[in-house]
Amino acid sequence: MLDVQDLTVKFPSRHGEFTAVQDVSLRVAPGEIHGLVGESGAGKSTIGAAVIGLLQPPGYVANGRLVLGDTDLRSLTPDAAHAIRGARISMIFQDPQTSLNPLMTIEDQLIETMQAHEDITTSAARARAIELLEEIGIRNAADRITAYPHQFSGGMRQRVVIALALCTNPELIIADEPTTALDVAVQSKVLDLIRELADNRKIAFILITHDIGVIKQITDQVTVLRGGRVMEAGPTPQVLDSPQHPYTQALLASVPRLDRKLDRFLVPSEVEEAAPPLVAGVDAEKWLLAGDTTNPVDLEVKDITVKFAGQRTSLFRRAESFTALNSVSMQVAEGTVMGLVGESGSGKSTLAKVITGLVQPSNGTMTLDGAPLPPARQRGRQDAARRTIQMIFQDPYSSLNARHRIGAVLGEPLWLYGLEDDAAKRRALCAAMLEMVGMEPDAIDKYPHQFSGGQRQRIAVARALLARPRFLICDEPTSALDVSIQAQILNLLKDLQDRFGLTMLFVSHNLAVVRQMSDRVTVLQRGEVVETSESEAFFTAPAAPYSRELLSLTPTL
Amino acid sequence: MFARIWHSDAFWMFRRSPAAIVAALCAALILCGAIFAPWIAQSNPYDLSSFSLMDGFLPPAWEDGGSSRFWLGTDDQGRDMISSILYGARLSMLIGIVAMIIATVLGVGLGLAAGYYGGRFDAIVMRIADVQLALPAILTALLIDGIARGVLPSSMLENLRVVVLTIAIALSLWVNFARTARASVFVEKNKEYVQAAMIMGQRPFRVMMWHILPNIMGPLLVIMTVDLASAILLEATLSFLGIGLPADSPSLGTLIRIGMGFLLSGEWWILWVPTLFLVILVVSINILGDFLRDAFNPRLH
Amino acid sequence: MVYLILKRLLQSFFVMLAVAFLAFSLFRFVGDPVSQMTGVETSVEDRERLRDELGLNDPFIFQFARFTGDLVQGDFGFSYRTREPVGEMIAKRLPATLELGTFALVISLVVGIPAGIYTALRPRGFVSQSILLVTLVGVSIPTFVIGIILIFLFGVQLAWLPTFGRNGTVDLGGWSTSFLTLDGWRSLILPAMTLGVYQLTLTMRLVRAQMMEVLRSDYIRFATARGVPYRQLYFKHALANTMVPVITIIGLQFGGVVAFSIVTESVFQWPGMGLLFLESIRFVDIPVMGVYLVVIAFFFVIVNLVVDMLYVAIDPRLRVKEAA
Repeated sequence: MLDVQDLTVKFPSRHGEFTAVQDVSLRVAPGEIHGLVGESGAGKSTIGAAVIGLLQPPGYVANGRLVLGDTDLRSLTPDAAHAIRGARISMIFQDPQTSLNPLMTIEDQLIETMQAHEDITTSAARARAIELLEEIGIRNAADRITAYPHQFSGGMRQRVVIALALCTNPELIIADEPTTALDVAVQSKVLDLIRELADNRKIAFILITHDIGVIKQITDQVTVLRGGRVMEAGPTPQVLDSPQHPYTQALLASVPRLDRKLDRFLVPSEVEEAAPPLVAGVDAEKWLLAGDTTNPVDLEVKDITVKFAGQRTSLFRRAESFTALNSVSMQVAEGTVMGLVGESGSGKSTLAKVITGLVQPSNGTMTLDGAPLPPARQRGRQDAARRTIQMIFQDPYSSLNARHRIGAVLGEPLWLYGLEDDAAKRRALCAAMLEMVGMEPDAIDKYPHQFSGGQRQRIAVARALLARPRFLICDEPTSALDVSIQAQILNLLKDLQDRFGLTMLFVSHNLAVVRQMSDRVTVLQRGEVVETSESEAFFTAPAAPYSRELLSLTPTL
Repeated sequence: MFARIWHSDAFWMFRRSPAAIVAALCAALILCGAIFAPWIAQSNPYDLSSFSLMDGFLPPAWEDGGSSRFWLGTDDQGRDMISSILYGARLSMLIGIVAMIIATVLGVGLGLAAGYYGGRFDAIVMRIADVQLALPAILTALLIDGIARGVLPSSMLENLRVVVLTIAIALSLWVNFARTARASVFVEKNKEYVQAAMIMGQRPFRVMMWHILPNIMGPLLVIMTVDLASAILLEATLSFLGIGLPADSPSLGTLIRIGMGFLLSGEWWILWVPTLFLVILVVSINILGDFLRDAFNPRLH
Repeated sequence: MVYLILKRLLQSFFVMLAVAFLAFSLFRFVGDPVSQMTGVETSVEDRERLRDELGLNDPFIFQFARFTGDLVQGDFGFSYRTREPVGEMIAKRLPATLELGTFALVISLVVGIPAGIYTALRPRGFVSQSILLVTLVGVSIPTFVIGIILIFLFGVQLAWLPTFGRNGTVDLGGWSTSFLTLDGWRSLILPAMTLGVYQLTLTMRLVRAQMMEVLRSDYIRFATARGVPYRQLYFKHALANTMVPVITIIGLQFGGVVAFSIVTESVFQWPGMGLLFLESIRFVDIPVMGVYLVVIAFFFVIVNLVVDMLYVAIDPRLRVKEAA
């Protein structure tokens, strides 16, 4: 039904023309879900945009055939193309928070979309809208339909988005990372819905995602893309079970498994972006071994409660506070890795911030290495814990100051903690540390924007190590990275843990990643500890029902 | 450093924008003219001996009766228009630039601190900003001028006119900087590089100045440019209203006010030459400001 | 929602109090009120009695409280220069300035908003580029120069319109209006255009910037992907979202209109409050200066309260509670 042949998309820019998509062919039949998978820069979103005719300027289709049924999409006039959008092809965007007009009720948005494509009375359109909302799982649709987008939760909002894409009965829906912004439980429901719609209504889907678990769960066909080219394509079970192309094999190897723990990931050699770590940087390693880093500490938090002040809504009522953490206790033994998991809003990042002293708990105590660890406001600038506890952040694009050279970023802990007073020695040490985390030492004179996400995360690791930490907090350190890069960073962290026996708190929403990293696991739900177990025991036989649910909903390979 | 600027996206956009290049050239030319006025102007409008009433009302050189000595003509006193304009621009730009710098330092300092600390300090600064906003720039400037008249003895006032005017303009412009800096800090504060610095236990002053400030320079630079234009306009307006500078130390605004007297008689150049000059100066600065705004807008790349 | 409005009311109250304090400090500390009110021949005893009568020997807080109380009751004191009650002086000038400002604001909105929308929708077109260039020059020309140019063109060269003063007013129970006679309109046009041009360019550029921002948003892209007709896309989805921030700033601009009316009134000898204020500065007539400030701040606060309510009316996020 949709037939794409030899599609090439180009983006002219100051550095010449950039080919985002080259010679891509794919076919999608009615009722079929066709997955486009690949890492960032693979051109998967560009293909979707090209099909629906919404390429961001100055991008343009340079070559190829785009045929929907018997309509040649490339030969359409702009007006005809716009008439097809919605009526025959529709789209679902990634973020349900921003894809709905905040000023219009969902009723108005639905009715308007239907009336744009067919001659239908408002009351008939409303009736159909209510029916549709009920069908996709919004209860009391007749009442809820007059609500504004902000009155729905994230998952419900994505359902509204799907209803909007669906209300005109299109033949093809392009879903661009439709579940990336959602928690696993909601993700699984939305994916089920998409599968149902494909089966029952015979709608064709193009599902764009970076998550191979999602591909495995619902797609019929899959096209693996890299750098704008098709690496491999075919029926999903076939491609995932017996990949032919080396890239697909490497990609699958670097996906963390929920069902087993690997010592190291096999990193696809062609996506390896730097030399393997720990062969160089002997000086840095010696320096670390000379300090107290190899003498790790244990951490205990007890009855930590954090309340955030809510928005005041009335003059006569106090603002209702929001309890982010409710009497959370946790023990991390020295030299072990504690995995901290939970959905968004479970309070896992808040707990990390309490330990680092960014968030003030309203209650509870903390002990580090047997001594009390003062909370945020009581922790002085000179407190030893400022150095002992270091953190690696989620987003390597914002965790390094874009205006400073790498040398200045790395040198900061050295002089701040008085570890090295001589500027020349500081520089040498920073260079050695860069080598140790697998970077070229000449990176020291460059700026963060000159590096890729994975390289930046290595630099962030180097910065943390240059404080000679004894307790390392990793807050979703790989969730902003592609899987192959994630595998490298996880390898690096594993190596460091092996070598220096660091105590680590590893925060992640991704259970498969946590399995690879941790000795013990703590599960948080809505600010409360649900379960703490040995890692292997947790993944084979979780104790709490919530843990079981989380595990069963996580898409696996 | 230069290579970095040369290869930056902003500079690349600059090289491709004829309007920005022309504007930058005009602004640079006027700035040079203003700085070097004492050396390039043929007469000094402050120095009574350097011009003569005999040369009064000479039209520009290309008109009938024009003299090649005074290419843009002379005013009623016989002062060379070009010289008057250069000296006028010197004074206008001095006041504008100094006022802009004072406003930047004051506004950015308060805005940074308000955004960083939040809470009560933020509330106080923002309430002051609210009050300031209720009294627009020109009103504030007029008011400060009025207060100075009431407080300072008139002999001192005459000597301090330029200072009073500069301070009046600076105080009327700081809110822009404070609000922009504060809003930017609120965004930056939650970014991880700032959190990393806070976790390390760095001093708030260092976090603000060394970490946050360089990252919010983009929008601030835009406001600095736009407010330089505003400051120059404000000075011209105040001088035009006769509140700013007296006639014996003519800024561009004063020259235009003097020229207004000849609106209805034939000596058009006494009015229109300084007016055109002022407009070219401010248009140039505003074009640059517009360009910077686009260049620093990441969404446009 | 009620809380929001109450909060804004409280803030407005604070702003008014601060401005009143400013006015009071002006009155109290800039020059000596007593020597301003008396001549050289007044004896020391008389001065002291006057000082007592004015309450200048009372504690500072009492003085301020009394000053504020008088303001609230409409007692604005007397001008140093003309000895007239300041309230009457202002009341006489108020209609001229308000009519001028309102008309200018109307011009700026009626022309500025459509022009902003047009240039946002067709950013690369020739017409848009020309409009943009004109507005860039527009924000760069000082108001007084615009006034001079208009006087020169329409007053001197073409001799179509009067160049100064406010003629043809009709008295409507104490409010003199220009809107009822042809002469009134004729003399209003040039000053209002002068005042309106600057606001117009600001409005237009603001609407354009906001609209372009909104057009790039996800919900507009999604609506495009659903094939919502372009007309609805632009004038329903995009425009409403554009107006949310624009309304706030237009409220703030009211201050600009008032401020620049000082300049406009000076250029056109328009007998409004601005001219009065200029005179009061020139003659250090502190009571008039102070009351002018209070009046301006009062209008500013009222306009912004109205803006806040409009804001609530447009944006459901402020009106309707979020679901749990």
